[in-house]
Amino acid sequence: MDQQSCRQLLAWLSEYVDGELETKLCAEIDRHLMECENCRIVIDSLEKTIYLYQSVSQRDTVPTEVRERLFQRLKLDEFFEE
Amino acid sequence: MSDRKPKEAFSLELLRSGERAEFARLVETYYEMIYRLALKMLNDPQDAEDILQETFTKAYQHIQNFDGRAELSTWLYRIATNEALMHLRRKRPQTFSIESPDYADETAQEPHQILDWRSLPEEELMSAEARTHMDAAIQNLPSSLRVVFVLRDIQGLSTREVGEVLDLTETAVKTRLSRARLRLRAELSSYYSERLEAGRR
Repeated sequence: MDQQSCRQLLAWLSEYVDGELETKLCAEIDRHLMECENCRIVIDSLEKTIYLYQSVSQRDTVPTEVRERLFQRLKLDEFFEE
Repeated sequence: MSDRKPKEAFSLELLRSGERAEFARLVETYYEMIYRLALKMLNDPQDAEDILQETFTKAYQHIQNFDGRAELSTWLYRIATNEALMHLRRKRPQTFSIESPDYADETAQEPHQILDWRSLPEEELMSAEARTHMDAAIQNLPSSLRVVFVLRDIQGLSTREVGEVLDLTETAVKTRLSRARLRLRAELSSYYSERLEAGRR
């Protein structure tokens, strides 16, 4: 894989960061990454993007009143606990 | 990190017999993950609440049809996802397409100069303004890509499970996930690179 293959690499990136690519292809990408700083940045920022979305989403809380209205709608009031 | 709960241990027999305490336990276990899914899909708390209520109402009505082959969580995800996609279709019929064949070629979107914005401090990466951009970026995805990204990367389902929820092959899930991730990375990179350059000036 040479510099011309940076664009081709994009097609494999997602599976690469998930560790789902076959070993031979992984090794080929690893070799390319040793020589190509741009691709290293793209991979690192892709992983960071996923991490940021996961981190931010964990902070989304469900308001208590949403849960309460859900139990009411389902006529499960008697099982609702604060 | 994900929204996944431990493997469920519910009595299908009780659920099918209409046992309300068991159903309440099911609701208690899964309401958060369903609400978060809906919120990420629709970006509107009221719409998300509607989907949440509709999902469990339908689950209660149709629990007899659940054959137990998939996990209950997968089944609930399928109901919620269908509800969310139908909601989008009703809201924006002119732009909705489950197949969305008109994806731009992400490989053509890469800028020549690539900035490493990861050095920005965490508080800037997750500032309120940054989160608004992140939400907007998700909403800019075609719904067919958004749903795969939300299920796989935010809710933490496996590729196989996402395929089960959406009736897609694993290859199709991987392709859509890759497109979604690359688009989101490009959008976030554009935003954070501006922040990085502003910080240097």
